[in-house]
Amino acid sequence: MSYIPHTELERQQMLSAIGVTTIEDLFDAVPASHRFPKLNLPAAFSEMEIAAEMQALADSNEHAGDFALFRGAGAYHHYIPSVVNHMLLRGEFYTAYTPYQPEVSQGTLQAIFEYQSMMCTLMGMDAANASHYDGATSLAEAVTVAMEVTRYKRKKVILSHAINPQYRAVVRTYHQGRDWKFVGDGGRATQADLIDMLDDNTAMLAVSYPNFFGQIEDFKALAEKVHNVGALLVMMVNPMAMAMYKSPGELGADIVVGEGQPVGVPLGFGGPYVGFFATRSDYVRKIAGRIVGETVDQDGRRAYVMTLRPREQDIRREKASSNICTNQGLMALSACVYLSLMGKRGLRTVAELNYHKAHYAADQIDALPGFSVNREMPFFNEFVVKCPRPVAEINEALIDAGIVGGYDLGQDYAHLKDHALLCVTEMNTKAEIDVLVEELRKLA
Amino acid sequence: MTDLNPTLKANSALEPTIYEISQPGRIGVNLPKCDVPETPLPTELLRDDLDLPEASELDVVRHFVKLSHLNHSIDKGFYPLGSCTMKYNPKINEDVARYSGFNLLHPLADEDSAQGALHVMYTLQGWLAEVSGFDAVSLSPAAGAQGEFAGILMIRKYHLDRGDAERTKILVPNSAHGTNPATVTMAGLTVIELPSDHNGDVDLKALKAVCEGPERDNIAGMMITVPSTLGLFERQILDVIAAVHDAGGLMYMDGANMNALMGIVKPGELGFDVMHYNLHKTFSTPHGGGGPGSGAVGVNEKLKPFLPGPVVDIVEPADDENEEPLYGFVMPEKSIGRLKAFHGNFGMHTRAYAYIRAYGGEGLREVSRHAVLNANYVRAKLMDTYVIPYPRYCGHEFVLEGHFEGVEDVHALDISKRLMDYGIHPPTNYFPLIVPEALLIEPTETESKQTLDEFIEVMKKIAVEAREDSSLLTTAPHNAPVSRLDEVRAAKQLVLCCAPVFKDS
Repeated sequence: MSYIPHTELERQQMLSAIGVTTIEDLFDAVPASHRFPKLNLPAAFSEMEIAAEMQALADSNEHAGDFALFRGAGAYHHYIPSVVNHMLLRGEFYTAYTPYQPEVSQGTLQAIFEYQSMMCTLMGMDAANASHYDGATSLAEAVTVAMEVTRYKRKKVILSHAINPQYRAVVRTYHQGRDWKFVGDGGRATQADLIDMLDDNTAMLAVSYPNFFGQIEDFKALAEKVHNVGALLVMMVNPMAMAMYKSPGELGADIVVGEGQPVGVPLGFGGPYVGFFATRSDYVRKIAGRIVGETVDQDGRRAYVMTLRPREQDIRREKASSNICTNQGLMALSACVYLSLMGKRGLRTVAELNYHKAHYAADQIDALPGFSVNREMPFFNEFVVKCPRPVAEINEALIDAGIVGGYDLGQDYAHLKDHALLCVTEMNTKAEIDVLVEELRKLA
Repeated sequence: MTDLNPTLKANSALEPTIYEISQPGRIGVNLPKCDVPETPLPTELLRDDLDLPEASELDVVRHFVKLSHLNHSIDKGFYPLGSCTMKYNPKINEDVARYSGFNLLHPLADEDSAQGALHVMYTLQGWLAEVSGFDAVSLSPAAGAQGEFAGILMIRKYHLDRGDAERTKILVPNSAHGTNPATVTMAGLTVIELPSDHNGDVDLKALKAVCEGPERDNIAGMMITVPSTLGLFERQILDVIAAVHDAGGLMYMDGANMNALMGIVKPGELGFDVMHYNLHKTFSTPHGGGGPGSGAVGVNEKLKPFLPGPVVDIVEPADDENEEPLYGFVMPEKSIGRLKAFHGNFGMHTRAYAYIRAYGGEGLREVSRHAVLNANYVRAKLMDTYVIPYPRYCGHEFVLEGHFEGVEDVHALDISKRLMDYGIHPPTNYFPLIVPEALLIEPTETESKQTLDEFIEVMKKIAVEAREDSSLLTTAPHNAPVSRLDEVRAAKQLVLCCAPVFKDS
């Protein structure tokens, strides 16, 4: 099977036009000693065989189509209306390239412009870029921006331990070549502890909203303290939660980053996802990544184009603050279509469904002997449950009952051994929740 | 300070924004009722406003369908964008990526629950390694630039691990893609730029001068694209690799141009230590209007412990009881760390897997043979019409100079815009930087001779137009949805989002 259309006659005609006898003649510059190695790969499959093999591989996984899923921890199972997938399957969108030639890319450009607008609204910010690879990388890019804004005179970044552990790992990987210090997340520092760490060597303080444990922290006093030392407040947020809770802009954030997967992107075993990045207008010219702006054409027609290009790698090269080339164009389109369909009322309704179902589940589970739910702070759709036995054991029993249980927090936080992070979304019916509770009761 | 969101005073628009289509009270979804007892909402924590669109399902469908019509795409027509490899995106790949067992699988599923997915990743790692002659592959980088970043971080860590903190410089040819030097800076290293010679290869004398000169012990490695960004096979590649290795540096290959190399040569066998793949170029995963991509990295034994993690490995081999081995995620012992959450763009892994399955080893060689045939054919046919530097066979792409003697006002940009009027996406403009008025043309192997002949005719016609009436080019495009844009204005008067316009009355 191949997608190569050439006939033998055509090949001959083309070789003749070039002036060679065989295609091999075209490779004379390749060192003879290494030319034409064998590729030890299985023989080609027909399309039918590919479909059959991959269907079998897919079916062998224990996924949210067959199991009741109660796991979040950075990837959320929400209902994606059919329209989204139908739009994403349009070849005009997915087989197009980056819109470097704006005159023939207005579809992509306008969709991204609208996506940027929706991110600004959700986050309470003035400007958003065309997306990063994921929430983790957008947080890493926020560090670079904070360093630029503070003119590379500061070296310290304070991270809350309640930010997703994988995200904090990515931030450190990204910046391992720099002399910046990442502090604050080694233990169980409270917000007050983090505030104590602020000084005039701090470029940025980052918190998570909701945090990794599902909690809504009290951020009222935070922005002022951070700004008093001349640092930037970065909030890492769940866009679904932002349908309900006060926007980061309202709370004084300077930069808002996070993972857009909850608003229109399927679980997909981890990717592709979409990181968003939004800021106050002060920092717009420092944002990394693509940004789409509005302009007019020669006939006065409104049109869209990638703008502030001199920030980017193809122009600034070694002076660029980031090497980013690709954004997550198709996933930004997904989010745009999803948010267009949901709109003002729909997104709020879905968020409230999450809230009510999660609180119902928490109440039932808290009442079980042996289990206790952490109620120290308000929560959105995830909460921490202290379990009477290791989470791995519990999850093994739950799988047999057709349930994927919570995330084992002991894997990342030593003090949270035997604690599970449970997530409930609008995809979990009352019946499913009740079965979960009954199964947990048996394990007390 | 420029004012964000002033009124732009356009006199018309192709398609209103979704905000302009909105009417208060409309909604585009049917949501279920709450089936559990409600818990009081924490009103003091909640927001009052949420200015998102309010549109019906049909409004939304029409809006995005109309937007889609404004795009050029591979499915619509020829897209010879050099260095991007705009090959046909097979539809079966879209289907398999969407199978529920992949689409609805949580990334933090217990490994026992994800064996099918892990099998795909493990197998793909092995196939990619085989194609390029490497020992190990990580699928975690999200894009080519992230793959490059991983490669340079690995080289840096390799030297530090050896106890050598002096090696802080990376050699980069002046023809390199912008991501290359940007990556070096991000990794905390510095660039030594190398000139190219008149044949389009790296200037070997200049390279040797650096490798044998006073900076010899500061060389961490070199980044090079093969074939080069000019589309030319580096004839002295073995000498280049030897020079850098002799100086104690490692060799990184930018694998963006792998489409010319499959079954033709294996970078690992040439001596490269590390390479990134662009699954969205060579392996047909779709470009999506600017992503998502996927930038796997391959390494030899030397760099294997440093791979970005996690990678998939066999944690329990197959035995008498179990036909299939047990796969799991593993963090390499000296890994540079995690580059993104979870383990890579899995949706791209399934597509690339299906693609490689469709071809097999012999098939992939045919891909590269025909990619190179197509580029050389177009090049040969345009040689009499355009200035084509470097008189030698090209790889899968070639560069020509987009200007005409005696026609001062026509530049590469104008030829590009005029191509749009003929339903063809322009080639890559002004890259690589070392060729004046560069137009980098990459047909790919999935284009037929007919399509190429049409392109050749159009390019010849444009050359005639340039001499007879250059304004056809300088004021192009005339047949695109919009005419040339005021890009300067876009940067000065920043309008980066819709100011929500709601008709409250």
